[in-house]
Amino acid sequence: MIHETGVAVSTKTESAITLSHVSKRYRHFTLSDISLDFPRGTVVGLIGPNGAGKSTIMRIMMGLVAPDSGSVSVLGQPISSNQAAAKREIGYFSEDMRLYKRESIGWHLQFVRSVFPGWDDDYASQLLSRFGLNPEQHVKGLSQGQRVKAVLLLLLARRPQLLILDEPTNGLDPVARHEILTELMRVVEDENRTVLFSSHNTQDVEKLSDSITFIDRGRVIASRGRDEFLEQWRRIRLQAPAEWNVPAMPGIRLESQFRSQRVISMDQFDQAALDALQASGATLEGVERMTLEEIFVSCVMRGREETSP
Amino acid sequence: MTNHSWIVISQADPRPLYLQVIEQVERRVAVGDLPPGTELPSIRQLASELQVSVITIKRAYLELERDGVISTRQGKGSVVADRPNLQESIQVRELKTQLARAADLALLLGLSRTELHKRLIEAVEQAQRGNP
Repeated sequence: MIHETGVAVSTKTESAITLSHVSKRYRHFTLSDISLDFPRGTVVGLIGPNGAGKSTIMRIMMGLVAPDSGSVSVLGQPISSNQAAAKREIGYFSEDMRLYKRESIGWHLQFVRSVFPGWDDDYASQLLSRFGLNPEQHVKGLSQGQRVKAVLLLLLARRPQLLILDEPTNGLDPVARHEILTELMRVVEDENRTVLFSSHNTQDVEKLSDSITFIDRGRVIASRGRDEFLEQWRRIRLQAPAEWNVPAMPGIRLESQFRSQRVISMDQFDQAALDALQASGATLEGVERMTLEEIFVSCVMRGREETSP
Repeated sequence: MTNHSWIVISQADPRPLYLQVIEQVERRVAVGDLPPGTELPSIRQLASELQVSVITIKRAYLELERDGVISTRQGKGSVVADRPNLQESIQVRELKTQLARAADLALLLGLSRTELHKRLIEAVEQAQRGNP
C-alpha cells in the first residue's frame, strides 16, 4: 500500500480515543474509573447489558456529559463541550436522534451538506442506493430501519475520521442490520478511520470488531482484542472426586457442578494450565472454545461475584 | 452462584444440540453419576432449563431410548435404564467411535498396520503412566 504522505503513516499509531480514570456519579448509577485507549483505524465494540453505562461513556466522549473526574482525549484533542472543530471529524449516532418529520431525505442531505465541508456527494448517492432509500421520501413515512439508515447516511457522507455509534443495530431486522454492518466495514477500509460502536448483541460485535470492551454496572470488566478473547478463553469439562477443589489458578471459575462433573472456564488457557488441572486429580472430559456471548456472560458473572459482599 | 446443571450446552460446538444432549447424558451414565433407575427431568423441564426447544430434547430422549440408555414409560417419565452392563456398553460404544476416527486418520496418513499398532501400544503406556 502506498501512502501519499508520511503523515498518514504516523497518525496510524495515534490513539483515536483515550479515557483516563473517568468517573461520573449519578443518583442511582456510577461510572467508576474508566480507562480505555482505542487506536486509530480499528473497529471497537462496546458490549454491556442495558443500563451498564455504554451510552454515558459515549456521551462523555462526545463532550455531551462532563465527567466528575478523569480526562478524555478524542482524535488527539482534549474534548470539551465547545469544541466544534474536533466534532466536525466525529460522527455520533444515538437512538434519540431526530430528523425533521415533514421534510424529505433529500432535504436533509442538502442541509447537512451545507454545514459540513467534507461532504461527499458521490458517496452519498452510493449510500442511497445501497441502503435502498429514496431521496423524495418524507421522514414521516419511514420505517424504523429506513430511519436509522437515513441518519447513518447523513453521518457517513460527511466522511468523519471517527464514528461513535450508540446501538446502531438496535431493533433492526436482520437485513437492515446486515446492510449497516457491511457499510461500517467499508468505512474502515480507509486505515485512518475508526469506528466505536455499542451493542448488547454479541454477534454483531463479534463479526465486526478488532477489539472488544465489556462493560457492566459502570465498570470495564474486560478489554481485549477480539481474537484474544476467542483464543484465550476455554470451557473445560472434568470428572473429579467429591473432595476435589478448583485449583488456585488465575482466571479460573467453576461454572457448574453435578455429582462428579465439574465445568470450569478459564480466561488464560494454555498447555501449562491444562497440565496443572490434570495434576490436580481431575480427569479431563473435554476442552471447548467459547462464543463471545458465553465469554461475556461468564465475565459479567465473575465481576458480580467479586463485587458482591 | 455456581449452578448445578447436569448438562452444559456449548454454543461454539457446531453439532446439532440434540447430539450434545445425548453425549452428555451418556457420559454421566458411563461414569456412574446417573445410576440405573435415576429419574430424568421431563422433556419440557429439561428444554426450559437448557433454553432449547422441546423438539431437541424429545429427539435426544428418543435416541437415548432407542440405544437402551434410558427407558420411558407412558405418563411416568424417563429413567436411566436398568440394564446389566449399561455403563460398560456405553464406554465400549464410545471406544469404537474413537477407534474408528483413529483408523480414518491412520488411513489418511497411510500408516502401516504395524506402525498403527505400535502407536496404540505407546498411547496405552502413556495413559498408564499418567493415571496410575
